[in-house]
Amino acid sequence: MAKPKLALYWASSCGGCEIAVLDIQEKILDVANAFDIVFWPVAMDFKYDDVRKMEDKSIDLCLFNGAIRNSENAELAHLLRAKSKALVAFGSCAHEGCIPALANLTTKDAILKWVYKDSPSTVSLNGGVYPQTHTKMPEGEIEIPEMWGTVKSLDQVIDVDYYVPGCPPQPFQIWNVIEYILSGKPLPPKGSVLGADDKTCCDECPRERKEKKIKKFFRPYEILPDPNECLLDQGIICMGPATRSGCGALCTKANMPCRGCYGAPPNVVDQGAKMVSALSSVVDSQDPNEIDEILNQIADPLGTFYRFSMAHSILKRVDKI
Amino acid sequence: MKQIKIDPITRLEGHGKIDIFLNDDGEVANTYFQIPELRGFEQFCVGRPVEEMPRITTRICGVCPEAHHMASAKACDAVFHVEIPPTAKKLRELLYNVFYAGDHTTHFYALGGPDFVVGPDAPKAQRNILGVVAKVGLEVGGKVIEMRRRTQEVIKILGGKNTHQVTSLPGGVSKGINEEERKLIEEHCKWFVDFGKFTIQVFNDIVLKNKAYVDLILSDMFSMKIYSMGLVDEKNRVNFYDGKVRVVDPDGKEFVKYSPNDYLDVVSEHVEPWTYLKFPFLKKVGWKGFVEGKDSGIYRATPLSRLNAADGMPTPAAQEEYDRMYKTLGGKPVHATLATHWARTIELLSAAEMALDLVRDPEITGTNIRAIPTATPTEGVGIVEAPRGTLTHHYITDEKGILRKANLIVGTTNNYAPISLSINKAARGLIKKGTTVTDGILNTVEMAFRAYDPCFGCATHTLPGQMPLVVNIRNKDGEIIQEIKRN
Repeated sequence: MAKPKLALYWASSCGGCEIAVLDIQEKILDVANAFDIVFWPVAMDFKYDDVRKMEDKSIDLCLFNGAIRNSENAELAHLLRAKSKALVAFGSCAHEGCIPALANLTTKDAILKWVYKDSPSTVSLNGGVYPQTHTKMPEGEIEIPEMWGTVKSLDQVIDVDYYVPGCPPQPFQIWNVIEYILSGKPLPPKGSVLGADDKTCCDECPRERKEKKIKKFFRPYEILPDPNECLLDQGIICMGPATRSGCGALCTKANMPCRGCYGAPPNVVDQGAKMVSALSSVVDSQDPNEIDEILNQIADPLGTFYRFSMAHSILKRVDKI
Repeated sequence: MKQIKIDPITRLEGHGKIDIFLNDDGEVANTYFQIPELRGFEQFCVGRPVEEMPRITTRICGVCPEAHHMASAKACDAVFHVEIPPTAKKLRELLYNVFYAGDHTTHFYALGGPDFVVGPDAPKAQRNILGVVAKVGLEVGGKVIEMRRRTQEVIKILGGKNTHQVTSLPGGVSKGINEEERKLIEEHCKWFVDFGKFTIQVFNDIVLKNKAYVDLILSDMFSMKIYSMGLVDEKNRVNFYDGKVRVVDPDGKEFVKYSPNDYLDVVSEHVEPWTYLKFPFLKKVGWKGFVEGKDSGIYRATPLSRLNAADGMPTPAAQEEYDRMYKTLGGKPVHATLATHWARTIELLSAAEMALDLVRDPEITGTNIRAIPTATPTEGVGIVEAPRGTLTHHYITDEKGILRKANLIVGTTNNYAPISLSINKAARGLIKKGTTVTDGILNTVEMAFRAYDPCFGCATHTLPGQMPLVVNIRNKDGEIIQEIKRN
């Protein structure tokens, strides 16, 4: 019997998700033995045209990582959707936009202006040269994709079957997902989150928690935290209460606060709103003015509470595309 | 005019495509190497607390997050005007050298290597690590997987996570190591040094003993006489983590040596409308387009250029190899693009030796690992030598340490113009009137960029570890001539 076909692709992402796939170490051989890998640009020399020639639904499983940031990302998302039976939003970028979606806090124009005109090392002649989607050169026309004004998660562009969170997903979680698929068990319901657990990061953090009463917030560089006590108890913003479990609390074990890369916990629609809710119960004051003063110590609430989930949040910008 | 597209280019980190235009005679009229995306970190990081930058900029690259983590942390130290304790510096440097050894390994065996080992015109389904294993044997494949596993183990101890490290912050690091961890890391580092020596032997056996490859390395179409850039220590030896950036001209003479703070005096960036990536060049020489020579401001920042820009290596075994490479290739500087692979193996060995020295330093288990910044934050530049080239992070903050401006010149960006020129030269050298443009020829064009861009060893997914595997070696007619089994 022919092996099932597997494709891996990255859109707007950093490559960390693919590194994480490798980090399952020798178990990757089970994957190589079980699947016929038909597309993986970072490792193999198959080109886009090879995918275009494939039959629709001929890829059994596609792990798609990266956010949708430009027309090429979207084109490949649609192409791989058409060719795939099961398509997985793999990693935080595809799942919720991740850090590239912090760009939704600024504008495309501001990005282009800084990068190609105002940044101190850039030579800007005649008001600046900006990338164009189509450029006529002496030999003919060449093209680059159109950068979008808004970064989108994968499911805002195509239909997605499953989600694997994490920046990147932890290798042992990736293996759990693959092992499940290889076992031949019935697939979980469409829309399921795989490769993660069903509590919050706090539940897997070994630090001792007490009743939180916070009057002052500290930034991580400002204090030497007690290595055994809850970081939030010590006034350091830690996204643990608003983050899905599954990573093993790696950051807090390294004496640094969680930043929320596994996304919102189960049954939570918006990670940032969940964090606001969590904080509202720990600020040690009943006086509205004092509460304001305490909360104002948080340096960058928007960029911190939505560090990994901006594209998928309930916060939406006015402009489209 | 005929147009050939290579889309996407493969076995590299990131996206890219190549357009080759042929004139009516079938000769190369021009080539364009385009980068199709921009994510905009420099702009969307504005407004973020600067101490978060070492954790945010790791997401520029998940293949070398360590480089961004370190350059960012160093820029943050500078923003806060804080000197980090010696133990913290050594812990960062230890992590960085272990990362270097691992990163160079994966590029050599999985990305650049298959072109040499399997051959540039082998079928594309074989030009990957499986083909490498079939050629050099299962023992090598097993060692590569073990190297990856060991380097990842050390990085997780020191950096908190395998990918996207978290432990460096302004003033030092968030966690140190105890004696038990130190001993474990020391054992790994001893293994890394042996692996480095082994890799140099592999390069000798597979590449240098093959006259066709040596001829390819030394061929004019894979040679380019331009400036070389690299970070050096106080004795002008190669250093990956710290020091000054030195640039030598195409004759090997020092052109400039600068501190991170002075980078804007030395480097500028040129913009073209047909690509999202900018082209850095030496400001004092100027942008002259895609041309070589002393009058052209383009430079390379690669393993080879780092060796060209330095007077030697910081460790003994790597120094021996450094001397042997230049003796073999006719003295310094070397401009053969494909010799970058040789330089990479020398750097791998050097990083391993350096890591072993650091883990044996009595200060490495010290507990003074953080200095709390007290000065008002302002502006700072951090530079490390990423495997792909000199990496510059420049931050300007308000008095509360909130980022107001950021400028990044990323490793591979330095090499964008040279890569474009290398592709052009390779295409012109390979495609002549009457040439049938085969997949093998186009792949040989791609070799021109693979020499620059290490990237990661994702192709190791087919490597044999402890799992059963059958590798068939076929002759050119597709017949199996050898079967290798591992149970």
